[in-house]
Amino acid sequence: MVIEKARVISLSKISNNYYLIKVHSPLIAREIKPGQFCNIKVSDTDFPLLRRPFSICDVENDNLIFAFDIHGEGTKILASKKPDDILDILGPLGNGFNLEGSYELAIIIGGGIGIAPFPFLVKNLPNNVAVKCFIGGKTSEHLIKYNLKNIYTATDDGSEGFHGNVVDLFNNEIKNFLTKNFRIFACGPTQMLRSLQKIALEKNYDCQLSVECAMACGFGICQGCPIEKSNGDGYYLVCKDGPIFNADMIIV
Amino acid sequence: MEIDLTVQIGKLKLKNPILLASGTVGYGNEISQFIDLSKIGGIVTKSISLKPRKGNPPQRICETPSGMLNAIGLANVGLEAFIKEKIPFLKKLNTTIICNIAASSIEEYVECTKVLNEEESIAAFEINVSCPNVKEGGLEFGNNLDAVARITEKVKSVTNKTVIIKLSPNVSRISDFAKVVKENGGDAVSAINTLVGTSFNIWTRKPKIKNITGGLSGPAIKPIALAKVLEISRNVDIPIIGIGGIMNWKDAVEFMIVGASAVQLGTVNFINPFAALEILDGMKTYCEKMSISKISELTASYILDEH
Repeated sequence: MVIEKARVISLSKISNNYYLIKVHSPLIAREIKPGQFCNIKVSDTDFPLLRRPFSICDVENDNLIFAFDIHGEGTKILASKKPDDILDILGPLGNGFNLEGSYELAIIIGGGIGIAPFPFLVKNLPNNVAVKCFIGGKTSEHLIKYNLKNIYTATDDGSEGFHGNVVDLFNNEIKNFLTKNFRIFACGPTQMLRSLQKIALEKNYDCQLSVECAMACGFGICQGCPIEKSNGDGYYLVCKDGPIFNADMIIV
Repeated sequence: MEIDLTVQIGKLKLKNPILLASGTVGYGNEISQFIDLSKIGGIVTKSISLKPRKGNPPQRICETPSGMLNAIGLANVGLEAFIKEKIPFLKKLNTTIICNIAASSIEEYVECTKVLNEEESIAAFEINVSCPNVKEGGLEFGNNLDAVARITEKVKSVTNKTVIIKLSPNVSRISDFAKVVKENGGDAVSAINTLVGTSFNIWTRKPKIKNITGGLSGPAIKPIALAKVLEISRNVDIPIIGIGGIMNWKDAVEFMIVGASAVQLGTVNFINPFAALEILDGMKTYCEKMSISKISELTASYILDEH
């Protein structure tokens, strides 16, 4: 966990509302693991005051890549960055996905900007693990396929792929898969995670969820990002205990 | 120029006036990965209550213009786990530990203080009578002069350590509360705790914080905090620890000028965990420039009119 003044290398728009920003951040790039995140100060003034958390989307040598959509004032400023601008980045934060184990197939399920952590995850899967990616979005414009492969798509309006939500698509397709030895990695809107979690718990699937929550510090001191433990014993902190949780650990 | 940075809060001598505020540094372990806490005046630990408290459900925080609202709800490990699990680590930090205590009854304040008084590593107590985010023991004490008087007196009767009462700004005259603290033997006050605020999502018409209201902190509250510290300073002879939206060394100096003997950093720790040391350096440079040899000379050095 360090703070690095990172130089912006490029900003690119990948679809109507989605962006990729690439920054030179060697210290964090060497340490960060799939599923971890960085807390970024997008301005050097008191507006916005707090850092903004972003999952690591990909790492290329000494460069970090983050995917984001314009959601509020912070991301609006981020989308206006130019090459050579400096971002103040705190990271790596959080636990990251657990990629260890003996599964044969990694099933990625991402909704909207929820695909953000997966390009880096796919790159880091053990060699003998196959991958299938389920990507959902409101319309075809909301599907992000950046650096993913073996893609199944679902859109709410039916403009591309399956007409419906991505969890239903996954639930239909899973019956056709030959191996039952798979692990699910999912990230997306709360409603998506909730319906996936229900299926995962019923069928006893090996399933890791990346959750999000408003947070201030990102490393455990503000205690602003609780998520309820499924065993009734209070809360985990999303920033420190998460953002990745096994489906049976939390109440989404 | 060698500057004397030490300040005095009651019987408690601090190596410099920079403290980290309760609820913004937990029990020291996370922030100590960024800064050497032995270089600052001390840390005020997250409010401890007799029994563990799990805190409020999400959403607990939201950003507001130049500030943030929080309603954590005094989530803490409880007295027993604090002693067993947190104090051994706090001892190793080699910094002054001020233990913040929250309670829902006067008896609970007394019980916590009595037990923690035995802990040598705790240098002083800060009594939280002003948490805006819990049903019992927060503002119902913090805006009641009799309650603050009784809490101060009872807590003082079970400890010889320095007792600091953390005051609420959500009152009409904060100096009346500081006066009551002094009259009942309190050694110092810290001011201010957060201001009650709220924020709504206009599309859903729901509050952005589950608790509906939260405590406002950050630079947005600095002018209010300065006014409250000045009010206490002009009316009551008691050491004041200034808190409220300090982001840089200039803010810290400003608090000392209006009456603070020391300051606490809160929200800034979330954004820049190095802030405490940067602020300390800036204050030293300021003292050099202004030919101030003892930083304590800054306290209440305000000039209100020029003749």
